[in-house]
Amino acid sequence: MEIRLENIQKKFSSVVAVHDMNIRIKDGSLTGLLGPSGCGKSTTLFMIAGLYAPTAGNIFFGDEAVTLLPPEKRGIGLVFQNYALYPHMTVLKNILFPLENMKIPKKEALKMAEEMADIVQIRDLLDRKPSQLSGGQQQRVAIARALVKKARVLLLDEPLSNLDARLRLETREEIRRIQKETGITTIYVTHDQEEAMSITDDIVLMDKGWIQQQDSPQQMYLNPGNQFTAEFLGNPPVNIIDGKITDSVLVVCGEKLCGFDGVEDQPVVVGIRPEAVLIGNGDIKASVRLIEIVGKDKIISLDLKGCLIRAIVSLDYDCNVEELLSFSVKHSGVFLFDKTTGARIKGFAS
Amino acid sequence: MSIIEGRNTARGTVAAWVYLLPALIIISVFVFYPLIMAFRMSMYESYNFYKNVGTGFGFASFKRVLCDSDFHIAVKNTLFLSFVAMPVSIIISLVIALLISSIKKFQALFQTFFFLPYVTSVIAVGIVFRWLFHSNYGLINYFLGLFHIHPVAWLNNPKTTIYALAIYYIWGNLAFNTIILLVGVQNIPKMYYNAARVDGAKWGKIIFRITLPQLSPTIIFLTIVGFIASFKVYNEVYALFGDLGGAANSAYTIVFYIYRTFYGAGRMHIAAAAAVILFVAILCITIIQMLVSKKFVHYK
Repeated sequence: MEIRLENIQKKFSSVVAVHDMNIRIKDGSLTGLLGPSGCGKSTTLFMIAGLYAPTAGNIFFGDEAVTLLPPEKRGIGLVFQNYALYPHMTVLKNILFPLENMKIPKKEALKMAEEMADIVQIRDLLDRKPSQLSGGQQQRVAIARALVKKARVLLLDEPLSNLDARLRLETREEIRRIQKETGITTIYVTHDQEEAMSITDDIVLMDKGWIQQQDSPQQMYLNPGNQFTAEFLGNPPVNIIDGKITDSVLVVCGEKLCGFDGVEDQPVVVGIRPEAVLIGNGDIKASVRLIEIVGKDKIISLDLKGCLIRAIVSLDYDCNVEELLSFSVKHSGVFLFDKTTGARIKGFAS
Repeated sequence: MSIIEGRNTARGTVAAWVYLLPALIIISVFVFYPLIMAFRMSMYESYNFYKNVGTGFGFASFKRVLCDSDFHIAVKNTLFLSFVAMPVSIIISLVIALLISSIKKFQALFQTFFFLPYVTSVIAVGIVFRWLFHSNYGLINYFLGLFHIHPVAWLNNPKTTIYALAIYYIWGNLAFNTIILLVGVQNIPKMYYNAARVDGAKWGKIIFRITLPQLSPTIIFLTIVGFIASFKVYNEVYALFGDLGGAANSAYTIVFYIYRTFYGAGRMHIAAAAAVILFVAILCITIIQMLVSKKFVHYK
């Protein structure tokens, strides 16, 4: 089911949570609604769910306008951040509850619930109460309950935020598997860029109620549309430094970094991905200020005449603090942004 | 200190008893001693309260109580209060609590209004209710008159006194029940309601499948407290009917019966026997309630 939001706006008394939002979510895709806390992503999700009414604009599921429909008529399944499993009902009763409301005969409902339980692999937990389940199991029950009524759209509100790190990895794979298996159009709200990058087909990045960019995770990472997007994605984060373009050459702290054709002379904000700093390959000289070891990687902070640039190298690269290294930058990992608007300025390698 | 460390050493035990002593003395003098004396008193066939001597030992007093027609009225009235008035009071409170909780504005104001009866003296309210129930000038009869119903002699007709008592009792309990239930309703996380809406549950279904089960610990708490309280109703009778307990003793409750037998008739051993019967009855009912509630109540 394709979902379209047209000029959606949401105001809470005087605060605007979502500004004039236009997005299209492809049928059968897993789309991440990504952004920092308070960016309006959950508000957007609840508007799609029908729990919030938009102040202005229209929501379409396929060709059907659902803006005025109550949640139960939209055919959505919603998984809440805390799962919201009914604590006084068993797992089976929880899954049966939506079917009960649809007045589906008991026998058939039972069959549907058991089928769903098989898909999320909780068949042996049906008689338990939610309080007797682990976080990951509760998550699966919540998904089963959301999907059992043959929902057209599955909405997940920060579904992993209550799990520990290891379970988080497992569960996100699991969500991906269930989504693939059922082929259901899914919207997934998260503030964790890594989570969004790893399992989604498409990301809608938001900040302060505005859409920043909508793209596939890889495209968004490789080709950020503005400074916010570049900064929000990637770990370790992108290096942000002031620079300027002089005669089609990018100059940072007095050093010529690389050529940029087709860009007028102007001051710019420069974003350099840590992996685009190629150490030992080039003739720009900088001294090592700090070395951090992060798992299998080493992050080296280079001091380029007072500008700090982080580079990422493999663990076995040997160097010492204060050592003078030479490096160059890979053009595709260097982004220019307008100093006032933060918009991307595109140029060509030369 | 061994007490703080929680070890059961001899020194720690002695220290614990010393700390407990003041409370134990007070409890012994004012609770345990009278309790035992009441049991002892109930076993005499006749008893002189001032000299504290009794004659004849056995269950004769119990037999006298159980055969007394006033006691039968008292039991009947008490059961009526426990099994009809008390549940009605909780149900009305529940409706009020649900209504208040769905108001957005002035919720605190209504909360205060409904709590006012709780902090008002039972006797003062009783005087007001006596006027409300008055057969010639009472507001209740005036209201019934609007529907062409003949005035009811609420407080003077032996057939209606129990209803007057029940109405007064229900009203008196609304405040406490409503406040406790309101807190219970407000403590139910909102996400369950959102989930139920998404699941397509209708209003009635949400009340019966989400709200009530979530409230069940509160409701059972109120039922147990209400039950015990309804077995001890006395003030209400006194406030409405004065010292005599209504026309032809028709508004007697068990505790009022005990009071009358003790002071009015001066038959202390009979009153003590009735008190023991009441004690056993409350004990049994509480145990049954606890057993039954385990099955139906959802505790977190």
